[in-house]
Amino acid sequence: MSADMQTGLRGAVTKITDMFAYPLRTSHYVELVNPLWSTHKMQAKVVDVWDETKDSRTITLKAGFNWRNHRAGQHVRVGIPVDGKHYTRTYTISSAPEREDGCFTITVKVLDGGRLSRHIVRNLKVGEHIPVGLPQGDFYLPDASPIQPLFITAGSGITPAMSMLRSLVAQERMPSTVHIHYAPHEFDVIFGAELRKLDSQQRYYHLHEVHTRALGDNNSCQSHFSLEQLEKLCPDWRERDCYACGPSSMLSSLEDVFEQAGLSRKLHTERFLAEFAEVPDDAVGGKVRFCASELEVDADSETNLLRVAEDAGMNPPHGCRMGICHTCNTTLKSGAVRDLRTGKLINETGAIVQTCVCAAAGDCELDL
Amino acid sequence: MATAKPLPVDLTEQQIDEFGREIEAIYDEAIESRGERDRQYILKVIRAQRTMALAGRIIIYAALLFLPGWPHLLAGWPATITLLLLGGSMLGIAKIIENMELGHNILHAQWDWMNDSEIQSNTWEWDNMSPSDRWMHSHNVVHHTWTNVMEKDLDVGYGIMRVTPLQEWSPKFLPQPLYFILLMLLFQQGVALHEQGLIDVIERKKKPAEIAPVMKRIGMKIFRQIRKDYIMWPLAAAIVAWPVSYFIPEVGSPLMVFGLVAAANMLANAMRNIWAFMIIFCGHFPDGVYTFTPDQVEGESKGQWYLRQLLGSANITGGRLFHILSGNLSHQIEHHLFPDLCSNRYPEVSPRVRAVAARYGLPYNRASLWRQFGTTWKNNLRLTFPGGKLPPEVARA
Repeated sequence: MSADMQTGLRGAVTKITDMFAYPLRTSHYVELVNPLWSTHKMQAKVVDVWDETKDSRTITLKAGFNWRNHRAGQHVRVGIPVDGKHYTRTYTISSAPEREDGCFTITVKVLDGGRLSRHIVRNLKVGEHIPVGLPQGDFYLPDASPIQPLFITAGSGITPAMSMLRSLVAQERMPSTVHIHYAPHEFDVIFGAELRKLDSQQRYYHLHEVHTRALGDNNSCQSHFSLEQLEKLCPDWRERDCYACGPSSMLSSLEDVFEQAGLSRKLHTERFLAEFAEVPDDAVGGKVRFCASELEVDADSETNLLRVAEDAGMNPPHGCRMGICHTCNTTLKSGAVRDLRTGKLINETGAIVQTCVCAAAGDCELDL
Repeated sequence: MATAKPLPVDLTEQQIDEFGREIEAIYDEAIESRGERDRQYILKVIRAQRTMALAGRIIIYAALLFLPGWPHLLAGWPATITLLLLGGSMLGIAKIIENMELGHNILHAQWDWMNDSEIQSNTWEWDNMSPSDRWMHSHNVVHHTWTNVMEKDLDVGYGIMRVTPLQEWSPKFLPQPLYFILLMLLFQQGVALHEQGLIDVIERKKKPAEIAPVMKRIGMKIFRQIRKDYIMWPLAAAIVAWPVSYFIPEVGSPLMVFGLVAAANMLANAMRNIWAFMIIFCGHFPDGVYTFTPDQVEGESKGQWYLRQLLGSANITGGRLFHILSGNLSHQIEHHLFPDLCSNRYPEVSPRVRAVAARYGLPYNRASLWRQFGTTWKNNLRLTFPGGKLPPEVARA
């Protein structure tokens, strides 16, 4: 039986069994037995946790049905409940796709003031189930053309490079590779031992660790990325394809260097966008963009967004106009709004906004 | 700001505003303290409800293995009927929890704050003949904003009953004790047809063609509900019974098997209908609950809105399990003051609301199910005829 016929048959059977489960689906009952068997949403089970450094941890996850293997370098969305609320974050998969036990790993470093990363690193327990998405992203090595990669990574930006390196080792096709990795100290290097072992065992892999705090906190800037440093560590960098992942300051200086050399197409970067919008202290109103309606209007900090939309000629769903019926709920695409009842800021992408009781706090984008 | 006609209390506007602020403070505190404990609660209820529904259906099927014709010792009608009743009741209780503690409250957006995509008011669909988004409009928007306001709140008598002497008597209310019982037995069908659009057509404000898309959606939802309980589950049993009836004809015909399963499912749906009707009617129609006229809410302040919710609702006393089965609508007053506060918190805010009401000398309508449902039934009979008694002109504790 072909794969198409199989999914077609499974689809037909599910359609009938779902009639027994309406308004739920069969999968909602299957989930009671094992959450990994559910097909209406994908979950993964935490099967192992391992501290990589004092503030980073690798979480091994067993994915449920419908998981699609990733390409080395891709990332995955992970849902984490903290204090009852669900948050979604994106993490690069650090394991190689060649792993055969159906598991994958993410490696998370605690960010300063990061509630989510702290929760994942410190509180996530083996046996818990968390919702996951499918692997995504276009930051991966090309399959066909033999390239000579130069990896430039910093801190937890090592994760996509690690997945690629592990994959190349598993396939026994490590090309001539140079790897420059930045970390504060020797023992802060995530996967440090494994990288050093690779460096000594793989003939074509060359690792340069830069410990930015080794010169003392005040001089750390001297060891940050620069053209001179690059020329010194990797003289043939112009011939290589560069794969870089790290803080945006590093990525911008890299982009400058490659642009000046006219080699921008050889630079591939991976950066994660901030999940929280920056809110200026003096935020009083701003531009409101209604994505679905493709409208943009100015709003002050007092007028509720429902009124703003109506004044702009829209007629979004609404009901009580006092915040109790939730008919006007919509999603925050970006930016920040303020709940007029409590004065609380809502600035997390994807958060629910009650337009009848919220006003703009700086620029914002709504799914209306 | 004053309403055109004052509310039936002897409080000054400043006092009403202060009352509103005190109620709001309770709400803010409860909202602020929501957390992991609440999430664990709702996940537990969902798991328990689904397990119970599945177990109920399995027991109903298991009952068929005890039909008198089977050649084993336990076979016989007593065992079959007992198991059918047991399975049917279990399914009924699961349906009650699904309707009351899950559906009603999730659709009130009480759990939206968790950001869990599975438990969201705008995507949740309930096991009920009324499509959830239609119900959300008639309930969350119309009923909760205009609670007990004549001509605004469709739930005042549901357009077919006289539930307050403020409604003018007419001979069309004479059969209302019969409506009362019919609505109790067919509550979910009633809720599905509880549509402003239908009323508009009856009153000739709209053409039938205008509400056709909505009616089609409602019809589709009703069909899927019926298909599950009265076609799929009975049919699957009958399909198995068919070959069996060739080998052991004494066991019974596939048609009888179909009928037994359908009957058990009907028992479950009837249990849910009667229970939901009782709890919901106890919310706004027992003795001592106030109804309002539109001129009493015109220009209403937030404090007055809270006051109207308090005077227009009634609580039912009971134990923890009773509260869960009633979807915590036994805390109808708290539910109307804080419709989007997750229901598991109503029991803990209830004593605080009661204390605030007592300090302001306001009534707090709270009694046993028998008293609340008894007076609801008694009022229904009394209001069949002209006249009737209004609650005291000034509401005092």
